[in-house]
Amino acid sequence: MTILDVKNLSISFYTRNGTVKAVKNVSFNLSKGETLAIVGESGSGKSVTCYSLLDLLPKPPAKIESGNAYFEGSDLLNCDKNAMRMHRCDDIAIIFQDPMTSLNPFLTIGEQIIEPLIKNPNPDKKLARKDAKLQALSLLREVGIKNADERYHSYPHEFSGGMRQRVMIAMALITEPKLLICDEPTTALDVTIQAQILRLIKKLQKNRDVAVIFISHDLGVVAGIADKVMVMCDGKIKEQDSTNEVFYKTKDDYTKKLLAAIPDGAKRLPNRSTKNILVEVKELKTYFKNHTKKRTDANYFTRAVDDVSLKVFEGEILGLVGESGSGKSTLGRSILRLAPIYDGSITYAGEDIKNLTKTNLLPYRKKMQMIFQDPYASLNPRMTVYETLSEPLLYHKVASKNNIDSLIYQLMDDVGLARGSIFKYPHEFSGGQRQRIAIGRAVATKPEFIIADEPVSALDVTIQAQILDLILNLVEKHNLTMLFISHDLSVVRYISDRVVVMNAGKIIEQGITEQIWENPAKPYTQDLLSAIPFPDPIRERKRATWL
Amino acid sequence: MHEGNIQSSETEPVSSSLWRDAWIKLSKNRLAIFGLFILLTLILVSLLTPIIAPYGYEEQNLALGATAPSSTHLLGTDIFGRDMLTRIMYGGRVSLMVGFVATSVALVIGITWGAIAGFFGGRLDAIMMRIVDALYALPFMIFIILLMVVFGRNIYLLFLAIGAVEWLTMARIVRSQVMSIRNQEFIEAAYSIGLSRWLIIKKHIIPNTIGPVIVYTTLTIPSVMLLEAFLSFLGLGIQPPQSSWGLLINYGVETMEEYPWLLIFPGIALSLTLFALNFLGDGLRDALDPRASKD
Repeated sequence: MTILDVKNLSISFYTRNGTVKAVKNVSFNLSKGETLAIVGESGSGKSVTCYSLLDLLPKPPAKIESGNAYFEGSDLLNCDKNAMRMHRCDDIAIIFQDPMTSLNPFLTIGEQIIEPLIKNPNPDKKLARKDAKLQALSLLREVGIKNADERYHSYPHEFSGGMRQRVMIAMALITEPKLLICDEPTTALDVTIQAQILRLIKKLQKNRDVAVIFISHDLGVVAGIADKVMVMCDGKIKEQDSTNEVFYKTKDDYTKKLLAAIPDGAKRLPNRSTKNILVEVKELKTYFKNHTKKRTDANYFTRAVDDVSLKVFEGEILGLVGESGSGKSTLGRSILRLAPIYDGSITYAGEDIKNLTKTNLLPYRKKMQMIFQDPYASLNPRMTVYETLSEPLLYHKVASKNNIDSLIYQLMDDVGLARGSIFKYPHEFSGGQRQRIAIGRAVATKPEFIIADEPVSALDVTIQAQILDLILNLVEKHNLTMLFISHDLSVVRYISDRVVVMNAGKIIEQGITEQIWENPAKPYTQDLLSAIPFPDPIRERKRATWL
Repeated sequence: MHEGNIQSSETEPVSSSLWRDAWIKLSKNRLAIFGLFILLTLILVSLLTPIIAPYGYEEQNLALGATAPSSTHLLGTDIFGRDMLTRIMYGGRVSLMVGFVATSVALVIGITWGAIAGFFGGRLDAIMMRIVDALYALPFMIFIILLMVVFGRNIYLLFLAIGAVEWLTMARIVRSQVMSIRNQEFIEAAYSIGLSRWLIIKKHIIPNTIGPVIVYTTLTIPSVMLLEAFLSFLGLGIQPPQSSWGLLINYGVETMEEYPWLLIFPGIALSLTLFALNFLGDGLRDALDPRASKD
């Protein structure tokens, strides 16, 4: 039975800088209990399509140009405010990407969950607070919140990311909707938590027979849970078919490109690593002070990096893997002396750099550089490409006023930026191009050692592949040594020679990448590896049943 | 987005920077240029006042008394028979000077103080901001009266006193801006290059605080001008026969019903300045933000 039927939907945004056609002639339908995955990169129109169903788009600038969306016979795109309110309250629910910003920090989660029940515009369905609470509690237990009676009165900030997303799911399901829209529900979560949430969504859907629209940029995530897949690009549908057809008999070139861009296996450089230790970290401890606690308190220090020792050999790419809060970024920043080191030692090419003064550290700053995660935050919005790239060159006197222009052009060629964009500001570039600028800044002084802190995790999958190849290129060309930090195990496997696994500030396991992949020794590593979603529906479905 | 053609390396890069680009953008903003033009005109007139003013500012003509605008007195005369055009011109000298000098004092102290407190944070921030709080708590009038008693009545002291009060809010605004900016990754990137703290504050932090600072500045200048009028009215500022726009307006209000031109003309002068400042301020804010849409 078809529950949702969208026909010829077109949406445009009328902005000061012109009209953007965000969705072009999109049609799809969904039956009861079915899961449709909408996959696309950022700007593909996947979220806009779904938001329009619930009238969540800001109008203006958005305008629905044409189309209908029949939900059980009534058109969602042309209904009045009250009818839409009924739909939102009873029939259609939505889960957003970031559970922190989509929950109200000033209300307890219980209060937020029961809101649609006690304020239901339909008097027949309106519940008393007491009954609503009972329903909410049983649902909280169902989504896996322990001590639901106590947690009912907790505030969002008292939950971890994964738990918050469970709360969001409970909130969405409390009205027993017939259609659930999930907008990248696991993108902000760690890989092990992601696996749990996916399983939960799948389970709840089966038990309740809800239709689900699952929006994602990640084909791997979608493989295990979707019945149908719709691939979107630039507002158009590229391919729409059953999951098996899309994955195993891919027809569209763009879908093929998406699938190919998922890092699979390893693309390591020929063995370049030597026996020379370039960076050695011994018993490193980086603690942050908790100013709210007393000095004598056991929790006075947050032990971000706790007694870590590792070696980076010249010429290798060392992958550093861990979930959020594992201390992997802090370790990277500590090595560059950007974080407060409590104890331990760091040596660079045999020289101690932990105790160097700022001035004495300066020559090492030239040799060690960093690439940051978020290309939107790591570039000064008021500096042009020229200024951003010239800063390290001039500061370290690599270039003089006379030859700086040619050096910058060369740098831009190296990282694949068009020379014509030299005087543009960061906001005029796409995410991938911005990351190229940031990489250009990092390699400007011809460093020997680069720490790349999640350099591709903020990027779309096709862009991610390009940036990874660029990094490999530069590593080879400039003979770099790299510490590559990432939460994404497939990316680390793709790029690194050796790998270090971190959790809770400590190193769990380290070794040659392939060996760790084939034979993880520690349970934590095993869990991590088994949680990676693969773009292979049959394998994913099998796993979903035995997990 | 923009994959421009790859140009040959011979193309000379034209020197480009935030300030240069800002000027180019500003010059395309008609309202802002109009505001700038008005302000420059007002400043020029003020500078030339002793030469071009039709009468002396203390020339009285008690027999004439208050007269409506006429061909001999374009903007009329006040109750002492003094020429209003001349009074407004001389008043503008004082008002503009108070406005700009006191605001500059506030800007310099406020930005430095706020940037240091916000950037270093921790205990230094706590101490510096408690000082600001303490000064907020100090009754402004008593502060000024004390200054006048100790140092005698002096127009430059007045500038200083007003500036010394206005910088507090500026410091708070700048501090909160700096605190949000200093945790961004591009600041960390600057550290990893090895830039000194001073360079980071100067090149990466202050330019990014500029939007709110400019908006607040354009609001401060008029409020400073009115503050001066208030002080003068109480006898703590400048003294008759010297005058300022604020004072003229104050006197104008008293005689509004009989001699409306005594209020209207100084009022127009002040409003014109405020409009010009606002246009220019908005223009500057947009021009200094590369993200604001071009033209």
